[in-house]
Amino acid sequence: MSGVHVSTTVNGDDAEFVCHPGESLLDVLRDRLGLTGAKEGCGTGDCGACSVTLDGQLVCSCLVLGAEAEGRKITTVEGLADGDKLHPLQQQFIDKAALQCGICTPGFLVAAKALLDENPSPTEEEIRFALAGNLCRCTGYDKIVRAVDAAAKDVKKQKARVKAKRK
Amino acid sequence: MRYEAPTTTKEAVSLIAKAKGKSFVLAGGTDLLVKLKSGAVEPDLIVDIKRIEATQSIKKTANGFRIGAAVPGVAMGKSSALKKSWPGVVEAANLIGSDQIQGRCTIVGNLCNASPAADSVPALVAAGAKAVVVGPKGRRTVAVEKIPTGPGKTSLAKGEIIEAITLPKRPAKTGDAYLRFIPRSEMDIAVVSAGVCLTLNGKGKVTKARVVLGAVAPTVVVVPEAAAAIIGTSLDDEALAAMAHACEKACKPIDDMRGTIEFRTDVAGVLARRAAGIAYQRAGGK
Repeated sequence: MSGVHVSTTVNGDDAEFVCHPGESLLDVLRDRLGLTGAKEGCGTGDCGACSVTLDGQLVCSCLVLGAEAEGRKITTVEGLADGDKLHPLQQQFIDKAALQCGICTPGFLVAAKALLDENPSPTEEEIRFALAGNLCRCTGYDKIVRAVDAAAKDVKKQKARVKAKRK
Repeated sequence: MRYEAPTTTKEAVSLIAKAKGKSFVLAGGTDLLVKLKSGAVEPDLIVDIKRIEATQSIKKTANGFRIGAAVPGVAMGKSSALKKSWPGVVEAANLIGSDQIQGRCTIVGNLCNASPAADSVPALVAAGAKAVVVGPKGRRTVAVEKIPTGPGKTSLAKGEIIEAITLPKRPAKTGDAYLRFIPRSEMDIAVVSAGVCLTLNGKGKVTKARVVLGAVAPTVVVVPEAAAAIIGTSLDDEALAAMAHACEKACKPIDDMRGTIEFRTDVAGVLARRAAGIAYQRAGGK
């Protein structure tokens, strides 16, 4: 089995690795790049715990080959915070206790971020549909939905502040 | 195992045609990677077709639309021109999986995976879609319903790949629709499904119809008898009942944990009726 050499961008940084042709991006992120935020739940694209974005598109990293990452831009949950400052989604997940065991949380955060990038003011129904690809066996989803709703408002406030400063 | 990501269809075809052992085409990977992981397939070669320009975009052409084989479901949902012309096809493609899956899954993959329950296939067949097949002997264009030959089996020869799906220009007063039954609100595999495409005349009478069923036989089923039952009518109750009856007669489903033969047969008629109603409205009928 010959290795595939891949140059890619992860959370804004250049990254290089050699992987097996059949190795998933999830395994590459966790085992070769040390980014253990994305979790393996099912390994078959049903649970969303391994969610990352690939060229801005939300995907399950268990259903992407590491070799496919050549020249692409990947964002994982590790890329969400701005240095020590948590992303409003992360802060609201803590404030609203939107997690218990935490295995699904990185996937929910990445999926919720993808939703807010696309739709800054989602309705509750839109949030629930957008997060349908992420399974949580602890919370019953309600707290997660409320945290995403609150974070959407925070992100909007943040953007308004930045805009006001520029003026 | 080898991984190749060629930049032309010709190169992809030649790689597969020359390969020893088992080779698989990788588009969205939402079926292939699951099979790879479970050990259901053990490829010697994986040919990723996403770097081929001809597979990457949705193009409006003189004859209609050309949807590249690597175009994910989400991109179809964002194409307002495609949605306006063939809403049934786009809705069917967008029903597949979560947002994560939509970011990857393709209608060509859905077709070549050859599941009898593939959501986009009945809608594509109803709309008269064709597959652009490229192989060692050149190109051919074939009706979508000729591709699947049974669960997991296609009519593609070794080295042949589908580069794109074409949809005709939507004729005047024409509408399409796709409906499926699943026991929950989303994220499930069709137990039964129906795609319908209708063309009306100025008086609101059906002049052309395509009625297509999914998940009730080893392959997608085109039901000309169901179409005949509504041609010349304004979808009155009698015509719809005759169409539903024709659909029931065309069903050869299996019994499994997701639905019994009796249930699937009955629901096929119900879904075809409802899809016909939506297609009729979309065609401008009242």
